[in-house]
Amino acid sequence: MAKTATNTIARNLAGWLLPAILILVWEAASRTGLISESVIAPPSAVLAAFIRLLATGELAENIGVSTLRALSGFAIGGSIGFAFGLANGLSRLSRDLTDTTLQMVRNIPHLALIPLVILWFGIDEEAKLFLVALGVFFPIYVNTLLGIQGVDPQLVEMGRIYGMSRRQLFFRVILPGALPAIFVGLRYALGIMWLTLIVAETIAASSGLGYMAMQAREFLLIDVVILSILIYALLGKLADSFARLFERLTLQWHPAFQPA
Amino acid sequence: MSVIALHAKQQPDKNDVPASNRAPLPASPAVPLAFSLRGITKGFGDKTVLDGIDLDVPQGQFVAVIGKSGCGKSTLLRILAGLDTPSSGTLTLAGGSASERRSRIMFQEPRLLPWARIGRNVEVGLTGIAKGEVARDLSLQILQAVGLADRVGEWPSVLSGGQKQRVALARALVAHPFILALDEPLGALDALTRIEMQQLLERIWQQQAFTAVLVTHDVAEAVALADRVVVIDEGRIALDLPIPVARPRRHGSPETARLEGQILDRLFGRG
Repeated sequence: MAKTATNTIARNLAGWLLPAILILVWEAASRTGLISESVIAPPSAVLAAFIRLLATGELAENIGVSTLRALSGFAIGGSIGFAFGLANGLSRLSRDLTDTTLQMVRNIPHLALIPLVILWFGIDEEAKLFLVALGVFFPIYVNTLLGIQGVDPQLVEMGRIYGMSRRQLFFRVILPGALPAIFVGLRYALGIMWLTLIVAETIAASSGLGYMAMQAREFLLIDVVILSILIYALLGKLADSFARLFERLTLQWHPAFQPA
Repeated sequence: MSVIALHAKQQPDKNDVPASNRAPLPASPAVPLAFSLRGITKGFGDKTVLDGIDLDVPQGQFVAVIGKSGCGKSTLLRILAGLDTPSSGTLTLAGGSASERRSRIMFQEPRLLPWARIGRNVEVGLTGIAKGEVARDLSLQILQAVGLADRVGEWPSVLSGGQKQRVALARALVAHPFILALDEPLGALDALTRIEMQQLLERIWQQQAFTAVLVTHDVAEAVALADRVVVIDEGRIALDLPIPVARPRRHGSPETARLEGQILDRLFGRG
């Protein structure tokens, strides 16, 4: 047991080896003057900016604002997408009525709606929530639908033969069968969530990480710009790790998640 | 159009017949019928799959249904299990209450839920019948009977094909069905596992005394297991042959070989 635990830790650390080396090379290049400070600030300067902003409370506040926006937008768009995915996966009537419309809307890049969204909502919270929700909706919808349609019909027939009610059939056969695909949608949606938020906050916001980066650009604070970008990367990685953890917990039965 | 009569036929003189002295065939008057098919036809579009099947099966009998691909044998089984309705004709099931008339079907694929552990998969067989502790106990008992009690907490993905099919058998039998319909359940197994499964199936059938209807295209398997072999050809019963061989049967004895020959001759129209 102890040995496998050490192995797991070692394997998790291995992923951080490359970023660590990159940071060292980057610092060295900055110190030797290979990279001008006006192009990219050295990691030490970024760290200093991090400590400075942490001390003023500015950083925590902006991260808090951005995270709240991301998660609320995700909750709204994700639950609507999930509901439509379920409805259209389970009911032919619902699919016939709504799928064509949804597929047409899906083909509009949601970020193209930014001018319209600014006209509608100004730069208030609704604008960001709307864009994040819209961006997150489609991966969740498409993959939930795909997951439900992909459930083995032989298993559904088996459930019926054994007298499962519609409710039992859904919770014991259809939903667990669709779960792997739903997780694919979830992880994809998390990526879109951050992407949308960065763009929205950079263009139309008065708080948040994207706003912080744009403010810093105005004052040529390259270290803060880079800090924001790094924090986005970390938050994205964090969200993905949570999704994977949840995936591992719920998909224990799947051969891909069983210890070899 | 479709006429299915599910009479709750009362059998006041129903006497328990021990497995060992069950008469193979013809049905002795002492053994009541498990089910009776009268003039069953079934068509899909223009194609007639079953064309007037009459079949009486006494309780506890092991019937094998043989035929070439597309002869309608699986359709017959699905009608018997209530998965399809006949275009015309009647199916009469014996037994009193719904639980006494319970029938189960087992398919070529195990159809286990990959996300449920073995014990939970067997408990699916008790849906609407038993729950919780009772269901767990019954599942464990039947898993013991198929020799998989120690795998109760495992995922289906770690089991071999034969083991999965044993779990499927346990799931089908956990609620003690009156009729077990088997749709080529051993078709996908390798030859040795197949013989093992045949012996297991025979043993459990003798213990639980249900009526078994096995659809297969393996003549040797039919002769090894069944009291009676029914050959279906072009939607009709072409041969109804008793297999009066004492159990346990040995593969490849002269007696079974003769019967296999007789069935094969009929299947290929050389009879």
